[in-house]
Amino acid sequence: MMGRTIFIDPGRCIGCQACVSACRECDSHRGKSMIHLDYTDEGHSVASLPTVCMHCEDPVAPCAEVCPADAILVTADGVVQQADTTRCIGCANCVNACPFGVPKIDLQAKLQMKCNLCYDRTAYGLAPMCATVCPTGALFYGTLEELRAERPGVQVADSFTFGATTIATGVAMVVPADKVQWPVPGGLPIVEVNGVDVR
Amino acid sequence: MTSPVPLDPSVAPPGTREFRDAGGIPADRWHADQNGETLVPTHCCFCGVQCGMYLRVDRGGKVFGVEPRNHDINRMRLCPKGINAYQQVNHPDRLTAPLMRHNRDQPFREVGWDEALDFTVAEIRRIQTEYGMDAFGLLGGASLYTEKTYLVGKFARVALKTRHVDYNGRLCMVSAAGANKLAFGIDRAGNPFSDMLLTDCLLIAGSNVGECFPVMTQYVWGARDRGATLIIVDPRETAVARTADIHVALKPGTDSAFFNSVLHVVVAEGLTDEAYLAAHATGWDEVKRTVAGYPPARAAEICGVPEEQIVRVARVFAGAGKAMAWHARGVEHHSQGVENCLSIINLCVATGHIGRPGAGYGTLTGQGNGQGGREHGQKSDLLPGGRSMTNPEHRRQICEIWGIDESELPPAGTSMMEMVWQMQRHEIRGLIGICNNPFVSLPHYATVKDGYDTLEFHAQFDFFLSETAANAHVVFPVTVWAEDDGVMANAEARVVKHNKAQEPPAGVRTDTWVMCELARRLGAGDKFDFPDSRSVFEELRVASAGTVNDYSGITYERLEETGGIVWPCPSVDHPGTPRLFEDGRSYHPDGKIHMQVVEWHPPMDPYSEEFPFSLTTGRTVAHYLSGNQTRRLGALVEQTPRPWVEVHPAHGFRNGDPVRVVTRRGSEVFPALVTDAIRPDTVFIPYHWPVPTAANALTIDALDPRSKIPEYKVCAARIEAAEKVDDVPAPPTGPGRLAYPEAQVSRVDPLPPTSPQGRGTSERS
Repeated sequence: MMGRTIFIDPGRCIGCQACVSACRECDSHRGKSMIHLDYTDEGHSVASLPTVCMHCEDPVAPCAEVCPADAILVTADGVVQQADTTRCIGCANCVNACPFGVPKIDLQAKLQMKCNLCYDRTAYGLAPMCATVCPTGALFYGTLEELRAERPGVQVADSFTFGATTIATGVAMVVPADKVQWPVPGGLPIVEVNGVDVR
Repeated sequence: MTSPVPLDPSVAPPGTREFRDAGGIPADRWHADQNGETLVPTHCCFCGVQCGMYLRVDRGGKVFGVEPRNHDINRMRLCPKGINAYQQVNHPDRLTAPLMRHNRDQPFREVGWDEALDFTVAEIRRIQTEYGMDAFGLLGGASLYTEKTYLVGKFARVALKTRHVDYNGRLCMVSAAGANKLAFGIDRAGNPFSDMLLTDCLLIAGSNVGECFPVMTQYVWGARDRGATLIIVDPRETAVARTADIHVALKPGTDSAFFNSVLHVVVAEGLTDEAYLAAHATGWDEVKRTVAGYPPARAAEICGVPEEQIVRVARVFAGAGKAMAWHARGVEHHSQGVENCLSIINLCVATGHIGRPGAGYGTLTGQGNGQGGREHGQKSDLLPGGRSMTNPEHRRQICEIWGIDESELPPAGTSMMEMVWQMQRHEIRGLIGICNNPFVSLPHYATVKDGYDTLEFHAQFDFFLSETAANAHVVFPVTVWAEDDGVMANAEARVVKHNKAQEPPAGVRTDTWVMCELARRLGAGDKFDFPDSRSVFEELRVASAGTVNDYSGITYERLEETGGIVWPCPSVDHPGTPRLFEDGRSYHPDGKIHMQVVEWHPPMDPYSEEFPFSLTTGRTVAHYLSGNQTRRLGALVEQTPRPWVEVHPAHGFRNGDPVRVVTRRGSEVFPALVTDAIRPDTVFIPYHWPVPTAANALTIDALDPRSKIPEYKVCAARIEAAEKVDDVPAPPTGPGRLAYPEAQVSRVDPLPPTSPQGRGTSERS
């Protein structure tokens, strides 16, 4: 299945926003963060969850599919790039299409921006800035084998269903050990864990 | 040392692109890419973890960014403070000329260095001539490099000839230091961070690791990944407590009752390590007799936790093959802070969990140099090398090194809070403060303000105009950490070297230069011939040789090669001592661990019908100490723009409601953060802000009698509905400077917190 990618483990997130700050420091969109950090059960839990672009693989990037200007390119290694500044018309179609709520539109500049998996770094073999600094390992960059070497027995999901549509992603989520066979909160069942159908 | 800024990029060391090609950043090389960018290896200026980082320096020699560094301590990881720290180097609020005024009702004016130094020296002379040498005091800081903290102690005793010198580490972890000295004869953590990865049971007491030391969570959860049981003792459900196997949400101020009771169960169930105790400890019989008075039923009532939890903690901790206990301010900031720490040490020793890989104890240091800052004579009762002010032999040794007569060395002074009381009583009439901000960081603001206002002369060293500096007569603009070389010791007692990354702005001097120049003008110039940090460090090495805090084998070159050496390090071929007591010997002359009897007593501020709640305070992840640095960095201000009060839903408030928190010392209004994550009888306020949003306007200035640490973590309070929350004041700035320039950060009315940790909403567009 997946090669070197980001694994998101919400169980480790402490909501510190190091990823948000780090993303701002990344050279490709310096000054703006492309990470969403959500507090999932405010008032009852300190749980939090970072979301980077999930780099959808199948169907290929809904944001890119709906882009009327062909501004969003997907590289051969599966990275969904942010909008090409010479093409983007700031129409926000990509914002509406993304099932994970990732792309952002700078309305003044009429330009879409999103996480591009730190292409300026990953292309040179470095981890993305957010996963490099994440103090807790809630964002981990590497292969599944490398993740499992650190966290024995960890289970991950790289497919998500939205109604009748299933989307396989390049970025994977760590699934709580006691919930591997359970639906994800919100009623979205996990359809695939490590390439095995668990429905 | 090579220049950090290569003049010709074509001859720069191997470039950024090349090491990126290689897939990682080597630990100890300086790099430049084809654009002339240089990476200077250094460490974060903030907390006691001391994460390694590179500062990115542009072709013009200016720091402009940060790059993660694969250092042993943090392995590339950084928290939001570390990532944003570089922004203070060229911040528009930086002070770049000395500020001066003759009276507090005048505005500051920018003056030349000579005028500011002459005025300061004249005032020192006047006050000391009129009222005696001890009428002038000096307060240092534990964010300074160790060299500078050594100079603070020497400057006070040799140049100012005053007994009154102390430092803001007094507000940090002196309780742990005192307990460690009493029990082990050495003042530091027993184990390195990495030992957490080897343990079977990790107990963390009074430490919000996730927010105060985010990078430590890699070790905490690394332990959990390997099957260790995680026990968290904390009144709040913090991010780490959320995932713990056992979360003991005890009432603030009851730690020693809890740990005594845990030890009671350990004894009752026969889980003590009697062989270890017989061979290596003294005082066990008395301790055993005392803990017999703490059955779980009694402790459960005191601490407000279930009896079964106490029993379970005892069985898990004592039954583990290897167990560790780490603690921080939640245990130490009490009028019984030393006892609290000793009760944890007693538990570790009685179960034999000491001096082995994965078994031991440690303190998570709050300030960057909280460990190193007290080792070399900045503390009122200590001389360099951790020598005692009262030990005649120690005094003789230091006088010999400093070249002064023994009769010239003043006796021990008083602690930081006591010095404020002395200011109120006119016993201290003049003061120099170096990189500290007591107006925000000391408890009971009204007392602190009164004390400082009573001073006839007050000078501060700082690089931003802190709330305290804004009240001074003279402010000396000094360098930030990236503009000077120096060492710090982190929470493991690992000495790490910080490297200079850029030249200071014109008009700014190093703290070393200012102290030496003042000493010269006071007539002690021959004792302060220190052109740079290295020269101070060389004297410090000599001054610490042969003591417990032995730095004599540590050199700048070795630190650069190794990425850090843990003291004691008595010779240049000694590898350092990451783990203590491996041979079972303590640092007391008899080689035994001296267990101490601990009796719990209630906190100093009594609860009553009028004040039924416990008020406790702590940090947020985005801010550091008094916030003088972090409240100016845009990303961190936006992340946590203001303080709040955390209350339980049982009290009927809704998120964002204005809540007045009243204690016997004052009242302030904060927005409510309603959450299940706190005990119903407890409220919490983060402490990084000044009045009228200062937790420390409400906290009590009661001190631990031994460590003299204030009781920040518990006082009696009540909460009531209010009309409107108090506004957060902008930090003060020098003349002609703008607070929060538009480009730096928006200062629209900050939103009330919406998340349990009050970190504000995430970025959503």
